[in-house]
Amino acid sequence: MVEILVLGELADGGLEPVTGELLAAARGLGGEVGVALPDPGMDGEPSEAFALGADIAYLLQDPLLAGPSIDARVAAFEHVCRQTTPRVVLVGRTGSGLDIGPRLAFRLGVGLAQDCTEVRLDPDTNRVVATRPVYGGNAVATVTFADVDPQVAMIRGGAYDQLTPDRSRTGEVVSVTPRLDPSVVKVRHVETVLRERAGVRLEDANVVIAGGRGLGGPEPFAKLEELAGLLGGAVGASRAACDAGWLDHSHQVGLTGKTVTPDLYITVGISGASQHMAGCSGAKHIVAINRDPDANIFKEATYGVVGDWKRILPTFIETVRELVS
Amino acid sequence: MPVDMIVCVKQVMDPETPASAFRIDPDARRVVEPPGIPPVLNGFDENAVEAALRVKEASGGTVTVLGLGRQFVMDVMKKPLSMGADELVLVEDDALADLDSSATAYALSEAIKKIGRYDLVLCGRQASDWDNAQVPLGIAELLGLPCLTIAQQVEVVDSGLIVQRALPDGYEVVEAELPALVTVSNELGEPRYATLRGIMAAGRKAPTVWTADELGLEQARLEPKVRVTDLFVPVSEKSCQFIEGVDEDDAGRQLALKLREDKLI
Ligand SMILES: Cc1cc2nc3c(=O)[nH]c(=O)nc-3n(C[C@H](O)[C@H](O)[C@H](O)COP(=O)(O)OP(=O)(O)OC[C@H]3O[C@@H](n4cnc5c(N)ncnc54)[C@H](O)[C@@H]3O)c2cc1C
Ligand SMILES: Nc1ncnc2c1ncn2[C@@H]1O[C@H](COP(=O)(O)O)[C@@H](O)[C@H]1O
Repeated sequence: MVEILVLGELADGGLEPVTGELLAAARGLGGEVGVALPDPGMDGEPSEAFALGADIAYLLQDPLLAGPSIDARVAAFEHVCRQTTPRVVLVGRTGSGLDIGPRLAFRLGVGLAQDCTEVRLDPDTNRVVATRPVYGGNAVATVTFADVDPQVAMIRGGAYDQLTPDRSRTGEVVSVTPRLDPSVVKVRHVETVLRERAGVRLEDANVVIAGGRGLGGPEPFAKLEELAGLLGGAVGASRAACDAGWLDHSHQVGLTGKTVTPDLYITVGISGASQHMAGCSGAKHIVAINRDPDANIFKEATYGVVGDWKRILPTFIETVRELVS
Repeated sequence: MPVDMIVCVKQVMDPETPASAFRIDPDARRVVEPPGIPPVLNGFDENAVEAALRVKEASGGTVTVLGLGRQFVMDVMKKPLSMGADELVLVEDDALADLDSSATAYALSEAIKKIGRYDLVLCGRQASDWDNAQVPLGIAELLGLPCLTIAQQVEVVDSGLIVQRALPDGYEVVEAELPALVTVSNELGEPRYATLRGIMAAGRKAPTVWTADELGLEQARLEPKVRVTDLFVPVSEKSCQFIEGVDEDDAGRQLALKLREDKLI
């Protein structure tokens, strides 16, 4: 039995950053921490997982895990949960995690707290208390679980920073063979089509310039690109701008888009709806250019300029160019 | 091949409700309906209705809309009918107030079984009230259906279902046999407008209404698995420093200088 089980994800032979964040959340709860890793794709020992806080690594070995199948992952994680009977299971809100967490909870007949920004143990009951934004971030709820384990919590990206790797930490490696029946795979993957991306990845950028409906069309985004180029940043957008077709949805920041945590987040013509702020509230400094002095974005911004971007942006870009050259 | 579809739709508070009108009842741990702002159909559920209607146009079949809740506003719940859906089934019962995701999925899956005939169940990717994104996955598990989420395109061909799932940096194509469950996202595109004829036809159509008893729901399975212990409106501690200039052009210049002064650029 392990106290807390993190459902891990791998990328290019290493851990996905989200797994590091989940391990940090797990360590914060106290107790023994396990991480379940779909083995195909692992390069050697899971030493990185130990350095980041795991005590036990469960390597899930099954041919069906070689592909991207979510169905196979749900079945494999169900197997390891039944075998290790954890008290808490932590899942990331990734493309596959968003499916895996709820399906696993339903299979195990337990509750799930979605999109948690914090998980802690109540010292009196020794059970999890999860904090989570609801209504797009307009309200925050704390939730607790009925008296059955595991208590499954999905953790918001960026809510926890991964721990500084401690290379001296070691752990136990347990190999798990769920022996999945091929019939568990009901959805077949045909192909993945990814957009070509030039420049800095939005999720990794230190500076993000984001535009919204207030830009009025696709053309002004060229100006944001120019500014991003000068500052070594990336261009983001509100859902309204993406839905209008001015930019593709890979630029969308927010609750149902990407989460970004740059040092500097500059918004132009974005009102600051809570669903948008859900994706950028981790930015260290927010700059808002908006002509409505009452726009919500100014409640979250560090610096604000009230006015028409058509006047403000050109001189801003020009001055930035002089300053950085 | 005609496709019989069930679309699950939820009536929610208008997510465009301004923050100033957003109120909660901390004792009941519930969001208070903002006065004068009528509820709406969950946005992603309208996308799901649109996806169903496109399948119906391409392949034929039927679209039955299913909603569970209380205090339905008929104009809201009938909107899918006015867009072109065929039937409306409402599960309305005070005994089903404030269900958690697990109980909601159970009740809806029993209603789907009672409707009986279906090839495809469609849901929104998440409801904009509690942003749970759990109910559809629960329905799929309970009914043993293949589950294809966050669809931006849904197509039924002879061999089954082909879905494009929106990914953060593109999409993936996945396929499954019918019956199946799909959740739909806004990337699918704008839902169609109701036509005048549709609105008239919807007005004449009476929904089928079921209670918890009529669905034969077991109380034990309606017990919550997660409980809300506190609900509050977050306060931002940030205070914005407004940058001004002699005019807007100058303000742009001043902003750049300020960011340089604070070593942010
Ligand atoms: C469940 C759900 C999930 C959602 N997920 C997301 C998400 O992930 N990301 C997201 O962004 N949104 C999301 N939304 C939508 C969100 O609620 C808002 O509708 C959206 O963010 C608004 O985009 P916007 O700020 O660009 O547009 P608006 O709210 O229309 O704001 C435009 C702003 O531009 C300003 N403006 C106009 N002209 C000028 C000018 N000339 N100069 C300066 N300023 C100007 C206006 O004053 C206004 O403040 C979601 C909504 C729901 C219900
Ligand atoms: N009470 C309900 N009635 C009908 N459909 C619902 C209900 N609750 C959730 N759904 C469906 O499940 C989707 C996701 O909801 P949720 O899991 O609550 O975020 C919604 O977009 C609806 O399609």
